[in-house]
Amino acid sequence: MITYIIRRLLYTIPIIFGVLVVTFILFNIVSGDVSDQIAGKAASAETIKEIRAEYGWDKPLFLSWDSQFINHLKNSLTFQFGRSWSDRELIITKIKQGALPSLSLTVPMFIGELVISISLALIVAFLRGTIIDILSVFICVVLMSVPFLSFILFGQYFLAFKWGLFPVYFWPDLPLPQYVALPILIGIVAGLGGNLRFYRTVMLDELRNDYVRTAFAKGLGTGSVLFRHVLKNAMIPIITQVILAIPFLFLGSLLLERFFGIPGLGYLMIDAIAARDFQIINAMTFIGAILFVVFNLITDICYSIVDPRVSFE
Amino acid sequence: MNKTKEKNVPMIKGRSYWADSLRQLRKHKLAMYSLSIIVVYILVVMFIYLASWTKTDVSFLDWNQTVGKGYEKPNKQNVLGTDFLGRSVLRKTIYGARVSLTVAFWASIISMLIGVPLGAAAGYFRGFIDDIVVWIYTTLSSIPYILLILAFALVLRDKTLNLNWLGLDAISLSGISTVYLAIGLTSWVDICRLIRAETMKHKQREYILAALSYGCSNSRIIFRHLLPNVFHLIIISFSLRFVGFIQAEVILSFLGLGEKNSPSWGSMIDAARLDLPKGYWWEMTAATAAIFLISLALNIFGDALRDSLDPKLKVQ
Repeated sequence: MITYIIRRLLYTIPIIFGVLVVTFILFNIVSGDVSDQIAGKAASAETIKEIRAEYGWDKPLFLSWDSQFINHLKNSLTFQFGRSWSDRELIITKIKQGALPSLSLTVPMFIGELVISISLALIVAFLRGTIIDILSVFICVVLMSVPFLSFILFGQYFLAFKWGLFPVYFWPDLPLPQYVALPILIGIVAGLGGNLRFYRTVMLDELRNDYVRTAFAKGLGTGSVLFRHVLKNAMIPIITQVILAIPFLFLGSLLLERFFGIPGLGYLMIDAIAARDFQIINAMTFIGAILFVVFNLITDICYSIVDPRVSFE
Repeated sequence: MNKTKEKNVPMIKGRSYWADSLRQLRKHKLAMYSLSIIVVYILVVMFIYLASWTKTDVSFLDWNQTVGKGYEKPNKQNVLGTDFLGRSVLRKTIYGARVSLTVAFWASIISMLIGVPLGAAAGYFRGFIDDIVVWIYTTLSSIPYILLILAFALVLRDKTLNLNWLGLDAISLSGISTVYLAIGLTSWVDICRLIRAETMKHKQREYILAALSYGCSNSRIIFRHLLPNVFHLIIISFSLRFVGFIQAEVILSFLGLGEKNSPSWGSMIDAARLDLPKGYWWEMTAATAAIFLISLALNIFGDALRDSLDPKLKVQ
């Protein structure tokens, strides 16, 4: 078991190295020296020189102990991403500040989505072949076809602006729950189509098994069969889905945060794109990848604990 | 003499796998309606390109023309109303199909050209090549997709690609080409993984062994024997992924990383964002409806295609 975990840990090293190579290629080789863009049109040669020195663009790319590549590895692995150019704040502080608002939006959204779509999927899968099932699958496809942006814009326009049920935009004085209510609702509705369809397929696979027939045959009620027997067995694909979705919760929601002015990580990233603050995108990419690798590791270890058939070879 | 003899032999016409699948697909009415919608979109885009190549002036493609006052409500003259400069929303919506479909088309081509050969090579040769390919795609798939695509779009924007080493001229990336390059370079991972797994399965089959014993070269086995047998997976995968490409283009355009000089559905939604609170709903609605219709058609058609080509396959 321990050797398995150690080997699994060693396996993440080339992947993290690969992520660092990708971010290096993107932000140091392809994009390269953007000091003139950051400094603006009216910058003096000295300012540009300063910027180049700060971000290390005056150093060689490889082949030196002080090269850009070695520094890139060092800085990323110690989470020192430098300062943002637009307001001179440490990038890592900005990311830490943005994490909480992002999580307060994404976590309730995720849990709500999960509970609603799994319960609906159980019911729909149980009624498979009936008109309700066909209709709900069709509604799922319809929901999946509407662009996310339209959900947000029309939702904000009608529910918040026109009918005044929710506040339109974030204002720091009032408590957060009021502001995240509408984005959460929109997020759940927008994601319902795809999720319901996925869980319906999972449940259908499970309902075809013999133990379901046995459970009905011994006289158990529908609710008890669905929620106590089927749901338990359908847990493995669901848990995988859930654990692997957690890293994305930290990244926040790019568009929802933008439209509702929630000062989270999605908002930070959109600001960074507008200001050409590449270092923030670089940092977010690396942190996102690290989280994904870590949670992938956790999933694998959980599997090996839950399911003894997973071999440690 | 010979001919008459042949006539007498009763012909039993077998149906090929593809003919069988097509027959099944043709029975699916909803899928056929969806296909006709897709074909209409494609024809419109082809017409736009034809008109621009032959430099013909077609009045309803002249999206930049002022046809009325700013913010005119939908009326008889301008069916979908006008935007803030008095341009026809209908014309903009029609012209917007060009960006979306072009992006989705090239993104599919790019990701197929990268993903299929890599996946087939990794699954067929295994060993060192497999390790490298798996390493590359595991790395790329560990980076959250939206971030990866943003990072690519961001650094590729306004860049010039130096293709002299390929014997081509330099290509300057702008707007639309940035978008499809960014989407194409990031979305080959899934198809690569799928083709690799399927190639590994097929490699065990007898027909590959037979081809080997005939003395076929590796490239012949891969391109003439293996790939035709996994080709339906490529079609299914892209018919379902096309929607994702169209929606990704909308988001990138909305974030200001897309096409700027001609209308696209993403930039229409972006423009309508500030107009909506003032009550000018028509531009937003037109763009949404255009995206919705093609996405719905692609979703339904893709599902039907999957069911007819490979009923056992599960693509979520």
